[in-house]
Amino acid sequence: MARSSLTSDQAGAAWLGLLALSLVAFPWYKGAGLLAGPSASALVEAMTGRGWFWPLIAITIAMGGAALTRRWQQSSLVLGLAIAGLLLFLWQGFAVGLRGPSADWVGSLFARAADGQSGLGWGGFLAGIALIGLLSDLAAARGFCRGERFAAFCITAIVALLTVFVFFPILSLGLAAFIDPDGSLALAVFWERLSASELWGIGCLIGSGRCGVVVNTVILGVLSATLATALGLALALLVSRTDFRMKRALRAISILPIITPPFVVGVAIILLFGRTGLVTGGVADLMGVRPSRWVYGLPGILIAQVLAFAPVTFLVLLSTLEAINPTLEEAARTLGAKATTTFRTVTWPLLRPGLAAAFLLAFIESLADFGNPIVLGGGYEVLSVKIFFAVVGARYDLGNAATLAMILLALTLIAFWLQMRWMGNKSYVTVTGKSDAGLAAPLPPILKVAVLAVVLPWVVFTLGVYIIIAAGGFVTDIGRWDLTPTLGHLVTAFRFEFAETGLELYGSAWDSMITTLWVAGIAAPLTTLVGILTAWLVARQDFTGRRAFEFGTMLSFAIPGTVVGVSYVAAFNVPPVDITGTAAILIICFVFRNMPVGMRAGLAALAQIDKSMEEASQTMGAGGATTLRRVVLPLIRPAVFTALVYSFVTAMTAVSAVIFLVSARHNMATAYIMGRVEAGEYALAIAYSAVLMIVMILCVVVIQLLVGTRKLGRRQELQGRGPATEPAE
Amino acid sequence: MKTKLVSAAIIAAAGVTAAGSAAAQSDELVLYCSVQEEWCRAMSEAFQRETGINVLMTRRSSGETYAQIAAESEQPRGDVWWGGTGDPHLQAAQEGLTEEYQSEMLEQMQDWSVRQAETSGYRTVGIYAGGLGFGYNSDLVTENPPACWADLLDERFADDVQVANPNSSGTSYTMLATMVQLMGEDEAFDYLAQLHNNISQYTQSGSAPIRAAATGETAIGIVFMHDAVAQTVQGAPIVAVAPCEGTGYEVGSMSIIAGGPNPDAARTFYDWALTPEAQEIGAANNSFQIPSNVNSETPEAAPRLEDITLIDYDFALYGSSEERTRLLERWDADIGSLPQ
Repeated sequence: MARSSLTSDQAGAAWLGLLALSLVAFPWYKGAGLLAGPSASALVEAMTGRGWFWPLIAITIAMGGAALTRRWQQSSLVLGLAIAGLLLFLWQGFAVGLRGPSADWVGSLFARAADGQSGLGWGGFLAGIALIGLLSDLAAARGFCRGERFAAFCITAIVALLTVFVFFPILSLGLAAFIDPDGSLALAVFWERLSASELWGIGCLIGSGRCGVVVNTVILGVLSATLATALGLALALLVSRTDFRMKRALRAISILPIITPPFVVGVAIILLFGRTGLVTGGVADLMGVRPSRWVYGLPGILIAQVLAFAPVTFLVLLSTLEAINPTLEEAARTLGAKATTTFRTVTWPLLRPGLAAAFLLAFIESLADFGNPIVLGGGYEVLSVKIFFAVVGARYDLGNAATLAMILLALTLIAFWLQMRWMGNKSYVTVTGKSDAGLAAPLPPILKVAVLAVVLPWVVFTLGVYIIIAAGGFVTDIGRWDLTPTLGHLVTAFRFEFAETGLELYGSAWDSMITTLWVAGIAAPLTTLVGILTAWLVARQDFTGRRAFEFGTMLSFAIPGTVVGVSYVAAFNVPPVDITGTAAILIICFVFRNMPVGMRAGLAALAQIDKSMEEASQTMGAGGATTLRRVVLPLIRPAVFTALVYSFVTAMTAVSAVIFLVSARHNMATAYIMGRVEAGEYALAIAYSAVLMIVMILCVVVIQLLVGTRKLGRRQELQGRGPATEPAE
Repeated sequence: MKTKLVSAAIIAAAGVTAAGSAAAQSDELVLYCSVQEEWCRAMSEAFQRETGINVLMTRRSSGETYAQIAAESEQPRGDVWWGGTGDPHLQAAQEGLTEEYQSEMLEQMQDWSVRQAETSGYRTVGIYAGGLGFGYNSDLVTENPPACWADLLDERFADDVQVANPNSSGTSYTMLATMVQLMGEDEAFDYLAQLHNNISQYTQSGSAPIRAAATGETAIGIVFMHDAVAQTVQGAPIVAVAPCEGTGYEVGSMSIIAGGPNPDAARTFYDWALTPEAQEIGAANNSFQIPSNVNSETPEAAPRLEDITLIDYDFALYGSSEERTRLLERWDADIGSLPQ
């Protein structure tokens, strides 16, 4: 193939140039602006005593020398130098910490190491990027990705990013669990924490005392997943197997929890079922008993979680039901089976993989859930909340938080592994190309009654919750049922004035609202970019280690948010990558948490598009980047839309990782809402949430307008012109 | 095309780094606030109007703020810690987390405020005072209302009393220290263990219990009396009680965080926060503590210290790091681990 342009030496030289620039022209450490000039660059720092930069500088010079020779990119020597450069780059970052050298020999070699060094700044990050770029270029020159430089760069860059922002934090977390803050190995402490009876106690099961927090978490997860799966199944059966009229409305209602900010559902449940709640009060009056606080603890969390997870299980089970070939059920009926027998012996067994998938999905969500337990938990402790208080609470103990986070991660990974195993073993494929004629068997009457008995209360309950969310922010005090309409809470949150100096924002919610919009607005396109790019690499590029690459990207999805939050605190609170308290850490966190969803959407869309169009584009001389931009992207617009909307909405409503990463300067809406709920300012929290939901819907509409839909072919256009070019059907 | 690709990569990277290092050091103040959110907001806004310095405020319980400042001590991100009970402020002072500053305003302060400053070597100062007590919901408790600490052990209040967790809340730590001083340490823990049977929930925030009592989620909340009064003023059926056996009190404090990013703005805020004008903002925002400036007007509704049987609270001892840590550890072992 003619790929003369790809073997040119320019790209490698450009990366090398960037590396040199980053060492001499930009400030190496954080805190100084990009244009602060070379006075704070690595070269100057090295000359003023920070000698640990010299090896990296020397290697850069050596590579510069090698680049003057012909075909230097194919040379093994240069590749070795580049790898050594990367290692030295990492070494200079970790050898000297904030307060001094991390090893004695470093200290004795360089006197100034005693002063310590701060986190990487412009120069440092540019040097890292340049080294990654250079390495990818050298690899491509040696045949990686069949010499396709763009793909090679993307793969290397994504692997590097995943390493820094997914694996490195988890590694730091593991270290924090085993190692004391002073650097000594603390296995005994770790074991003591791990085996504590407050984690594993089963007192509540055998009727004496209380259960450990791990046991609590698992009990909650199992109950919540069982109930959510049952409810999801009822909904799915109602939609796909009956003539129920309001199917569209049902689907719409089930979408609501996805755009609902956390905490407000918990608050609404307190307002309905708390001791002074509407329902509790009514029932107590009716039965003549004293209203109780029954909702705080397991029951309350269960209600909230089932409400939140049922839509997910519903969607999973609906697609399973729709994938069951109706002819099987028809055959059973023709052979004389009753409706109930058909359901029991044909439909149900085919549903089992869907049920398992839905159950495990809800179980994993329940493990990761933070918002509902913290509002409704009362004395019922679960892991996510316990981790939060070990980091943010008055007893700051990162080691303990790390140990708990490892347990939570282990539980989640076991659940994922079970799901993979279960789904991988048997064949449940019933829809084939041959025939899908026939009608799905209607639900047996007795089941239909049962399904309605489950679904109707759920509809009423959901409506109740959302009526409170819609109204609660606009009355004086919904907590005391003082229902005088007011805009006071909205004013508290979003007051502004036009002063002489211009627009002054005095409302207390502005800071968090603006930050949230910025962060979500930046994170969403980046997430989509990384996700779609990854999907394209996995689906369309052929390279060594593709399976491992795919698995690595999915892993970041499996890690619960709370664990991500703690691991970021453990990894990024100190140099070399010292970025806590910035907006960047929030954006990065969202990008790597949500990227797998964009990737899944991208993979699904790419599977539907034949490779031949891309091959045509490449045959005609377009490179990888051009093909991706001009051919692939326009064809997978729906996937881009899904990824954008998902990452935007999640960035606006996510809480479990975010609460560890917000700061006074960069506060997020969900963290603000949590503070209001904690202080009992329910009305303010609800008002803010309502505004947030409206903003989200508006933004989704804007995204829809920007991305548009896929336009395939020109058939309509041609038909309009006349019959001459009638398309072949 | 290659150059385009490279420049695109650089721009993308630059975007991320820019967001990272955009730490503009303009007129700003990072305020860690530990009183009611409403009051925090009003203070931030008033200071912003007065000086044009933009205030970035976070509200957290005093125990949580203390932990945050300790965790950030390598690279402090906050400037001023304003409000919250005095004990964690004293502990922070003892550990050198806060900075010494003798404001000219000190001569206008009440005795208890100056005493707080002297105890800490001028690393903190008293900004308000208030007595500890409890409040009950008069819709739920109609007859024979509780008047003493001992009354809270009554069986009829089973699962109906709330207090914060002393680990997170200064209010609750004040209660713990008060009980120890009032009854003796072992007796105090006996009392708390008995009280545990009536406690429905240990909240994170010190004033959350009275908010729960105001909405009727619980009958009694153990809080500072001014927090109970604030609910009454807002129309909730809450009656504030000064316990008959006597009770402790807090000296709400303010400290400058050592090594904070905006030291000048921090001192400006410090001086301003001790003026009568700044201190009177509390009363306008449903906070009825007694202000520390002798010229500040004490809000009408504020429970006067003269009307309460006060113990001689030993702030130096119970604000010390060792004593606080020891008592909290004993609380965790003796009370926190009891079955619900």
